[in-house]
Amino acid sequence: MSEQNLFKVTIDNITIEVPVGTTVLQAARLIGGQVAPPAMCFYSKLQGSGGKCRTCLVEVSKGSEKDPRPMPKLVASCRTTVMDGMEVKNITSEKVLDARAGVVEFLLLNHPLDCPICDQAGECHLQDLSFEHGKSETRYEFQRRTFKKHDLGKNIQLHMTRCILCYRCVFTADQLTNKRVHGILDRGDHAEIATHIEKSLDNEFIGNVIDVCPVGALTDKTFRFKNRVWFLKPMDAHRDCPTCSGRVTLWNRGDEVYRVTARKDQWGEIEDTPDGQPGWICNTCRFDKKETSDWTIEGPREISRQSVIAQGHYAGNIGTTKPNETFKAVNDGRTPHLLMDIHDESEVNQPNIHLGKIQGPSHGDTFNTNNTHKA
Amino acid sequence: MGVKLLLDKANVPGIRTYEVYRREGGYRSVEKALKEMNPESIVEEVKKSGLRGRGGAGFPTGMKWSFIAKPEGVPRHLVCNADESEPGTFKDRYLMEFIPHLLLEGLIVSSFALGANDTYIYIRGEYAWITDILEEAINEAKANGWLGKNILGTGFECNIHVQRGAGAYICGEETALIESLEGKRGNPRIKPPFPAIQGLWQRPTVVNNVETLAAIVPIINMGGEEYAKIGVGRSTGTKLISACGNINKPGVYEIDMTISVEEFIYSDEYCGGIKGGKQLKACIPGGSSVPILPANLLLKTATGETRYMNYESLSDGGFATGSMLGSGGFIVLDEDQCIVKNTLTLARFYRHESCGQCSPCREGTGWMEKILHKIEHGQGTIADIDLLWDIQRKIEGNTICPLGDAAAWPVAAAIRHFRDEFEWHINNPVLSQTSNFGLQHYADPIHVPA
Repeated sequence: MSEQNLFKVTIDNITIEVPVGTTVLQAARLIGGQVAPPAMCFYSKLQGSGGKCRTCLVEVSKGSEKDPRPMPKLVASCRTTVMDGMEVKNITSEKVLDARAGVVEFLLLNHPLDCPICDQAGECHLQDLSFEHGKSETRYEFQRRTFKKHDLGKNIQLHMTRCILCYRCVFTADQLTNKRVHGILDRGDHAEIATHIEKSLDNEFIGNVIDVCPVGALTDKTFRFKNRVWFLKPMDAHRDCPTCSGRVTLWNRGDEVYRVTARKDQWGEIEDTPDGQPGWICNTCRFDKKETSDWTIEGPREISRQSVIAQGHYAGNIGTTKPNETFKAVNDGRTPHLLMDIHDESEVNQPNIHLGKIQGPSHGDTFNTNNTHKA
Repeated sequence: MGVKLLLDKANVPGIRTYEVYRREGGYRSVEKALKEMNPESIVEEVKKSGLRGRGGAGFPTGMKWSFIAKPEGVPRHLVCNADESEPGTFKDRYLMEFIPHLLLEGLIVSSFALGANDTYIYIRGEYAWITDILEEAINEAKANGWLGKNILGTGFECNIHVQRGAGAYICGEETALIESLEGKRGNPRIKPPFPAIQGLWQRPTVVNNVETLAAIVPIINMGGEEYAKIGVGRSTGTKLISACGNINKPGVYEIDMTISVEEFIYSDEYCGGIKGGKQLKACIPGGSSVPILPANLLLKTATGETRYMNYESLSDGGFATGSMLGSGGFIVLDEDQCIVKNTLTLARFYRHESCGQCSPCREGTGWMEKILHKIEHGQGTIADIDLLWDIQRKIEGNTICPLGDAAAWPVAAAIRHFRDEFEWHINNPVLSQTSNFGLQHYADPIHVPA
């Protein structure tokens, strides 16, 4: 690349040279770390995405070398291309951090925060975002918006209440399939993702909407409620697939394949295949090939140390070893002893007592005062 | 009696038909433009006239026209924004309903100036009967050789298409309008690229308000310099004001921007004073999205000067003590009106009309409405006022399109100027359900939280 095709851009006082046409967000990602603004709706593999969630707002303190005026408003870094000599403030700007905190608050306003029962927990972008920029309490005191359930077919579950309307799945369907059957209905805070008059999504590549969804709105029905992601061991694997690249990440527990996803990079986006194409995977790979024997395993997937998924430790050979410590060894000579017989305390389990006559469940006080088995 | 350029013939019987309109001197500007002028000289003339966009933002029209990209072999388009949905604004409706040919005349001249062969009128869905009027007028113009191929033998081709919207306020935003015109969901686009570079079907496009395009006709007829002599300062020409609310004579008035606000409200020529001899409490001078002003700041600026009905004077003092001329929807509130209720009504409107694309507007407008609803119904707390202020601050400027700002400004201005009324509502939850705060402290601008 010749000299003229590079623009100099300074983000948070770090200067970097990037090709013409790069967006501020992508330039910031090249620098990496805290400098990269969070993005909930932007997806570099999807044309036209971005600009909607407003979490990536940055301050442009100097427009360019030719026109050094600052931009009057905060701009969406994912949709603003760099100019030569541009100076951008992300985490060094109070204004940006304030606006971002506001956006996070808005995004969480109607989000159910049902992370404990959400399959996305642990790999949810909104969870990360609210952990970094959100407050521990909400100022919202009204009922949260909920939606009726929509059936999207046998493989994909839509939980619209969790949706943040990033439009990524709409772009995915537009760009990967020949006919999009789902979209945004209605407008404003009652807008929802739906198929008009209950259709199922059954294109061979539509499963990718699960991977692009930043929250738990679109989840894999074959994996729902089966396991938490941080208990699973991610492994790179491939198979000879006639429709897609066949390069996937398997999420195993022991020998069992719990789910199959595309390979994601550190920004949560689909990795490119060696020939430079986005590594979207087909529904057959994703939903049907759930045996280890279907796949050639390449090795463990590298997961960022910060991620909760990395808390699942690898011991010995991946997925194949059984714990070699026995229960006895773990107890280290101690024997379990009976603290209390629950049947003495609770009337519920006694067959001769009518359930309607029971006063209420036993609670801590009962245990503390009537504990006759205490050693 | 001020100068009238647009509505001077509006009362001629039968002006809606081509014959009468032509007899009254209609389509002269097309003859002049196509035969004696070229596109560049028309743009130059519009620049000289100092005409500013009448849709609300007040951007100089000549400058907007000169921004249009002219790549070789790519058609350009002119789109007329007739999606007049701003609460309080109904000037374009009047113009299109009574003198449809004036708009067509302006459209033909403007299309010629921009080199656009296919021109679109995007009309508000609720204006169903005006669509018929416009199509009738287009047919008449076509039959008389003013539209179609080879107009006046100059070889210039112009076709005007009327497209009805489906009742969304957001489609008045130019990029959402373009999306809707393309048959898509009316979501505003992310700018840049601006429509002047990539607009309708990715082609260079200019979107102008109905009144702006109608004003091209007198500019061509009398010349840009003559036109610029009307009005004052950078507010040149005449402006249609649609006055409504608690006044004796609501309606559409053409003013020449040199009259004072006081004259406009109280003189018999215009609004004719407050209805029932009551006192003026507040006014929203430019359509629902501009900041509301209390009476003392409306008639006189913060520095004590008389406030006039023009772009500069109304925005004098910025948002702290001023407002905007906007689209000219002049809403007058008398002493019996409740500002909290008024703000709630506006907040409800913006919540309903938010497209839901970007998060601050989608979530923030609903939140503001709920808090205002709570205050209005006597369940608010003092902390809610500060919360409202904080929410509007976080919406403003952080959204894709100006709807976020438009939703935030009325709430901000109401709190800025009428905080004591909000507090009274909260402190008197029972009383506020049956009676009004009235005029008590409206005259005092109060402390504004930073």
